Amino acid sequence: MAEIIKKATRESYGEALTELAEEFPELVVLDADLAAATKTGIFKKKYPERFFDCGIAEANLIGVAAGLASCGKIPFASSFAMFAAGRAYEQIRNSVGYPHLNVKIGATHAGISVGEDGATHQCCEDIGLMRTIPGMVILNPADDVEAKAAVRAAILHKGPVYLRFGRLPVPVLNDPATYHFEIGRGVTLRDGKDITIIATGLMVAEAVTAAADLEKEGIDARVINIHTIKPIDREIVLKAARETGRIVTVEEHSVIGGLGEAVCGVVCEEYPVPVARIGVEDRFGYSGPAAVLLKQFGLCAENIVSTVKKALNK
Amino acid sequence: MDEQLKRELKKKACRIRLGAVEGVFCAKAGHPGGALSMADILAYLYFKEMRVDPANPAWEDRDRFVLSKGHACPSLYAALALRGFFPMEEMKTLRHPGAMLQGHPDMKHIPGVDMTTGSLGQGVSAACGMALAGKISRKDYRVYAILGDGEIEEGQVWESAMFAAHNKLDNLCIFVDNNGLQIDGRVADVCSPYPIPEKFAAFGFHTITINGHDFDQIEAAVKDAKMTKGKPTAIIAKTIKGKDVSYMEDNVNWHGAAPNAEQYEIAVEDLKAVLAGLEDE
Ligand SMILES: Cc1ncc(C[n+]2csc(CCOP(=O)(O)OP(=O)(O)O)c2C)c(N)n1
Ligand SMILES: [Mg+2]
Repeated sequence: MAEIIKKATRESYGEALTELAEEFPELVVLDADLAAATKTGIFKKKYPERFFDCGIAEANLIGVAAGLASCGKIPFASSFAMFAAGRAYEQIRNSVGYPHLNVKIGATHAGISVGEDGATHQCCEDIGLMRTIPGMVILNPADDVEAKAAVRAAILHKGPVYLRFGRLPVPVLNDPATYHFEIGRGVTLRDGKDITIIATGLMVAEAVTAAADLEKEGIDARVINIHTIKPIDREIVLKAARETGRIVTVEEHSVIGGLGEAVCGVVCEEYPVPVARIGVEDRFGYSGPAAVLLKQFGLCAENIVSTVKKALNK
Repeated sequence: MDEQLKRELKKKACRIRLGAVEGVFCAKAGHPGGALSMADILAYLYFKEMRVDPANPAWEDRDRFVLSKGHACPSLYAALALRGFFPMEEMKTLRHPGAMLQGHPDMKHIPGVDMTTGSLGQGVSAACGMALAGKISRKDYRVYAILGDGEIEEGQVWESAMFAAHNKLDNLCIFVDNNGLQIDGRVADVCSPYPIPEKFAAFGFHTITINGHDFDQIEAAVKDAKMTKGKPTAIIAKTIKGKDVSYMEDNVNWHGAAPNAEQYEIAVEDLKAVLAGLEDE
């Protein structure tokens, strides 16, 4: 087996902005004193005249981005998910969402995989917050290839986009030569008829591993990658419900307000089937190495395998 | 300022006030006090200063205006209507279901409104973004914003102030409508933002304090702001909340209340008397 290459999607974010800068002259990047961590620093280095540090002032960061967008710029406003979606929620809602301005929010360090910094920095609520804003597109890429494609798609999309990136290096799953990204279109990574695992972000790699393990035990699991949480791909979810009869969702986010609830919403309304949700239960995180935390929170292939078996009464 | 022009601007301000009061009356809700206090500044900006084109509200090179104290929009709407962005008739359906004129400024649906506001503290950040965009694109448009003296209690205002000075946004000129009142009482008593010019100066602004009802002083301040290079300008405009409606003046109860029919009649009489005085001059 070829060696697995790992890369954090925040890294892909910083690189993608830099790679796309020439093609999109209106692209500008803002940060709130986290450029080294969000990796917008990569862009800053190459295009200092198109980079603006707002300092530790996330409310103003979003407002400035709104003003820039109203004048035809394509601003990427970056901070940690906690402070972008959390601190500046109301600015995003009122200054970006309501006027439907062309602002892209690049939120890094999402989820508990932030690790050692602990609960104050482990944002597991951002998807829920952003989903409630009318017209907001939410992209949660699974790997380097998808993250870069997501940045490009966000630029081409007219309107607000929330992009969610991680701190932890994750396996590169997709082949850049063949990968095609379309906002609102889920990706079937593995066909299967017994059950469907719908995963997003860094849980996609775990879902793929889980499906391979399940195969050894004679369970044929379909794996779907939902990179666009909103608008969610209703078609792919309903097809899975009809064809496999059972769904397990997996996300590094609270089970409240995230992918799991979005999938439940779709199937409940049109084709009810049992759905088991794997995510961060209604609780806060704590400090620790990311890999340890992900295991302890059940955000791993082992827990997907056991949840699938339970769902199938096996 | 030329006396003829001054009289014209005073009349415009009075018509803005009449429109604002009509809007709030027809809506049976809204914020007349803070709308009336800033009417002279709006009259100066829209009828003397700003480069705008009602036939092309999205014109890229236009000067921008952000009403950061969005609740005072009845006066902004009246100014836009008088300037030709939409018919004055619209004031009659302010805040009505399905109407164009929303309770707070909505840039998506109202021609001439450059930023959606209403949540205090946010508009001024967007104004900074507009000014920054002008700098990046080397355009010579200017950006104006009006903030409330209560609004500046918001932390975001000071985030934006730091940002504006740091980025040398000399194409940004903000007014603080210093009418001394907010909802819960006098700004000095609620949670004092004073001293205001000193605060903005400390944040790196050029500051000017004026009587916000005196067109000579408004003009001088705006010209001074235009001449000021390398830093943004804050014009602290001393005003009277509820200006020119006798019973509303400096009365905290008229921050967010609509006049009844009888009160409306008095308001119209008061304002028409001001207008008549100007015709006689
Ligand atoms: C963030 C936010 N908090 C509270 C309000 C409710 N509010 C509307 S107007 C107002 C008082 C504003 O006072 P000031 O800025 O002095 O305005 P003016 O006196 O010019 O009307 C408040 C608290 C709001 N619109 N936004
Ligand atoms: Mg006030």
